Formats: sequence, C-alpha cells, structure tokens
Amino acid sequence: MTVPAIEVRGACKRYGDLRALDGVDLDVEGGEFFGLLGPNGAGKTTLISALAGLVRADAGSLKVMGHDVVSDYRNARRQLGVVPQELVFDPFFTVREALRIQSGYFGIRRNDDWIDEILGHLDLTAKADTNMRSLSGGMKRRVLVAQALVHRPPVIVLDEPTAGVDVELRQGLWQFVRRLNRDGHTVILTTHYLEEAETLCTRIAMLKSGRVVALDTTENLLARFATHTLRVRLASPLAADLGAVRQERGWLEFALERYDEVEGMLRRLREAGGEIVEMQLGEPDLETVFVGVMRA
Amino acid sequence: MTGFSTLLYKEVLRFWKVSFQTVGAPVLTAVLYLMIFSHVLEEHVEVFAGVSYTSFLVPGLIMMSVLQNAFANSSSSLIQSKITGNLVFVLLPPISYREFYAAYVLASVLRGLFVGLGVGVAALPFVELSPPAPLWILVFALTGGAMLGSLGVVAGIWAEKFDQLAGFQNFLIMPLTMLSGVFYSIRSLPEFWQAISHFNPFFYMIDGFRYGFFGQSDVSPWASLGVVVVCLALVAGLTLNMLSRGYKLRG
Ligand SMILES: Nc1ncnc2c1ncn2[C@@H]1O[C@H](COP(=O)(O)OP(=O)(O)O)[C@@H](O)[C@H]1O
Ligand SMILES: [Mg+2]
Repeated sequence: MTVPAIEVRGACKRYGDLRALDGVDLDVEGGEFFGLLGPNGAGKTTLISALAGLVRADAGSLKVMGHDVVSDYRNARRQLGVVPQELVFDPFFTVREALRIQSGYFGIRRNDDWIDEILGHLDLTAKADTNMRSLSGGMKRRVLVAQALVHRPPVIVLDEPTAGVDVELRQGLWQFVRRLNRDGHTVILTTHYLEEAETLCTRIAMLKSGRVVALDTTENLLARFATHTLRVRLASPLAADLGAVRQERGWLEFALERYDEVEGMLRRLREAGGEIVEMQLGEPDLETVFVGVMRA
Repeated sequence: MTGFSTLLYKEVLRFWKVSFQTVGAPVLTAVLYLMIFSHVLEEHVEVFAGVSYTSFLVPGLIMMSVLQNAFANSSSSLIQSKITGNLVFVLLPPISYREFYAAYVLASVLRGLFVGLGVGVAALPFVELSPPAPLWILVFALTGGAMLGSLGVVAGIWAEKFDQLAGFQNFLIMPLTMLSGVFYSIRSLPEFWQAISHFNPFFYMIDGFRYGFFGQSDVSPWASLGVVVVCLALVAGLTLNMLSRGYKLRG
C-alpha cells in the first residue's frame, strides 16, 4: 500500500471564536492534480499553512508523504513545495541569489543546473540577475513558484497562484504545472477561477467555514451536483420568485437537473407574466456546482 | 548543517550589502561621540591612574557599538521579514529552531564585531591601543554580542510594528548601554547610582571588556564574565523557548 501524498485527520484551528478549520479530513493520493476550492475565508490558506508548518493545528494530525508535520517536520517539509498566496519577496537579492539561498535552506549546495532548468521553464532566464525589487508582479509570482521547486518536492501546493496574473502568464504557468504533474508530482491548487480548476483538477474538495462540504472527482461532482442552466432575459422584471439561482444585469439564471425540465420552466415563466427577450442554455460547469454546494 | 550555514550566510549578506548604513553609520556615530566627549572632558577626568580620558572612553564606545549593532541586526532583520512576509522562505524549509537561533545570533555577533573593529580602527588616530589582555576583549565581545543578538531576536519576534521595536530599542537598550559606564567610571557616581548600576548587566559587559584594554576595572573580570554568562543563558533560554513554541511565528 502506498502512503497518500497528503493525509489530514480531524484538523482544527481556531482564532478566538472563529473556527478556521473545523475538523478537516482529507486524503490526496500521490500523482493527483487536486483542487481545493471555497469562498474567501473558507480556510484554504489555513489548511495549507498547517500542512507547511506555518500554523500549528489545535487538534488533529497532518501528514505529508506519511511524515507528520509536527513530530517529523524535517521530512514533511522536504516533501512539500508551497507557493504562498501573498506576493512576498526578499528585496536584498537577485532572482538567482534567492533561488540559491532557498536551495541551501533545504540542504542543497550546488543546485544551478536545476535552478537554470526551472528558470527556463518559467521564462525567467533573462531575469536571473535582476534584483527582486525591480520585477513586475507577474515575474515575482513566477519566482515564488521557482522557490517552491528548488528542492524538487514530490508534493506542490499552489495557493491562488493566478490571482492578479495576466492570461499569458497563466497559460504558461499551467503548462509548466501540468508537466510537473505528468512527471509524477502531486499538485494541490487553490484558485478562484473555477474554469481553471475544472480543466486541471482530477479531484476537488470544497471547503466552507473550515469544513469539507464536497469531495469527489471533478467528473462525479459535475454529474452529481451540476445542473444545466437556463438563462433568460425578460422584457420587464418578474413580480414572483421562481427560484432563480442568480440574477444579474437583467438576466435570470435557473438551475435544472435535466434538459427536459426546460419546458416546464418556460411555462412557469410565461404564467408569471415574463416575456422572454433572449435565452441561453448552459452545460453543467463547476461554477454551478460550487454555487449549489455553498448554498446547501 | 547546510540550512544553518545558508541562513547565516544570508543574514550576513543582508547587512553586508548595505554596509554603508549597517557598519559605516554606527562607526561614524561612535567617532563623533569620541571627538566631542574627549574634547570636552579630556582635561577634567582621570578614571584610572595613568589612563587618559580618551583612552578610557574608546573601549567603552567600541563595546557599546558592538552591543547596539548586534541588537539592531537580528531585530531589524526579523521585523522586516515579518512585515514584508518573506520570513516564510525561512519558515517553510526544514530548519530547526536551534539552527534558526544560532544563525540569527551569530550574524548579529559578526555585525557587532565588524562595527566594533571599525570603531577601534577609526579611534587609532586619537589613542594608542595596546591591550594587555586581548582574550578578555574577545570573550566579552562574543558573549555580550550574543546576548544582545539574542535580545534582538526576542524583540524582532515580539514587535509587530516598527515603532514597537523602536520603543524596545529607545527605552531599554539605549538607556541600559548609555548608563553602563561607557562615558564614566561608576565609581564617580553617588553611592545610590553606583548600587543601581550593579544591577545593569551592560555595566559588566563594558567593565569586563575594558579590563582587556587596561588590566584594571571596577569589578573583577571573572565576576563580570559570570554575570554576563548567566544573563546570556537566561536570554538564550527565553529565546529558544519562544522559538520552540513558534511564538508569533507559527500561529
Ligand atoms: N492569523 C489569523 N488571525 C485571526 N484570524 C485568522 C488568521 N488567519 C486566518 N484567519 C481567519 O480564518 C479564516 C480562514 O482564513 P483563510 O484560511 O485565509 O481562508 P481562505 O484562504 O480560504 O480565503 C478567515 O475567516 C480568516 O479571517
Ligand atoms: Mg487564502
């Protein structure tokens, strides 16, 4: 039996009265591309921090590749590469210096071959000798990714790596991360872009108020929760509430289990006096699943 | 071991890259003190028999610079890293809290020694330095520097804002170093203040350090060393305890 890449049992973390983690159980198998989703404040960063040893859980146990993050922290941390959510950097150093120092922290003395390879993949080669201070936000984000990889960790955690990053960089980053995953690295990702999670992740956990509220393969989640969506724009607002899941700029959105419910919905709209100006039918997507799960 | 040595290297590089401010500026400050005080007091004060006031002052200024800069190094490095958030780079790797402690304190001691050496060299045009007991100089510079480097770790971890750190520095470290007998012998003080001075650990650091330069001091260097070592052990114990609990660093 192989050990899971990540094993979390009953993890709790309180800040005063607030339960940032409220009994989280989670296994991530080696080689998975795993998504950790949830609204702001759900506890995603707290969970990642607990795995990384940046935060000490009040209760429960967390393991990385079978190593307890408290009692066997040295081995646990060697197995883990974390890209922090905040865009942090050390203004005293150049990109290469930062990466060499980070390697040293992990006990690796001569790492230039690997550093050059990472720099190449992240399109940073030309910036190797630039001071961190003078890099753009997107570049700094890439250096954070590089810093998380200097010790070739089998498990890589990316905490909202694409927040505020332009489309081109996002594409490049995903290509690289996918490659790492194909090479056998376990990848755990949190993101606000649900379409990214949907295309990248094979399995997803959804967190809400410190609890895991959904955990399944992306496919099953889509099949189980997601619904087809019917979007209509009406000539005038409706008086009655027909149970729209979303309402924006004159459009009403309804969640339907199956296509054959469309007819009934349209009838009820007509009966309520709605005059349809425009209409769209949507495939199930992760966003609908997400909205549904978070409401439940 | 590589984790520790890399962290030490990074901490030294950090102050070395801005050595104009971290070494040059404190040397200049000490030289200004030296010029002003020796000019004003040279004719009026003789502390030890056969030792001019300027010669008496120089070792005190050197030690004061060692202590203040050792404190400044670890405390400012830590608070900057905490506030900018880049301390995660040190917290994520498998570095033990003991290695963390040793690296920050040793880097602080080195900064203190660099500044102290700078002050010593800058003072050469003013005085002749031929210390009879150089080993004492080194012992007190190392233990005193380590104690202040360690206090700097405590302050850097405890403080959440720069002004809290400044408070620690201005209301604790500065008065204690200034009132430790850098500029005078405590024997010249009224009895009450003499007694008070004996509760100031900085007094023993300066006094013991000065012994190395003149072979005479207010108290025996062994007694001073005893006090300094006990204080160092207490501060080190406190710091290591904070670090092992992850106090303010690992929520
Ligand atoms: N150091 C802290 N002190 C107090 N509350 C905190 C701290 N860190 C996180 N929290 C709170 O814990 C909850 C979870 O935060 P976080 O894990 O950052 O959520 P997410 O990453 O899912 O957006 C939030 O309500 C947040 O305000
Ligand atoms: Mg977060």
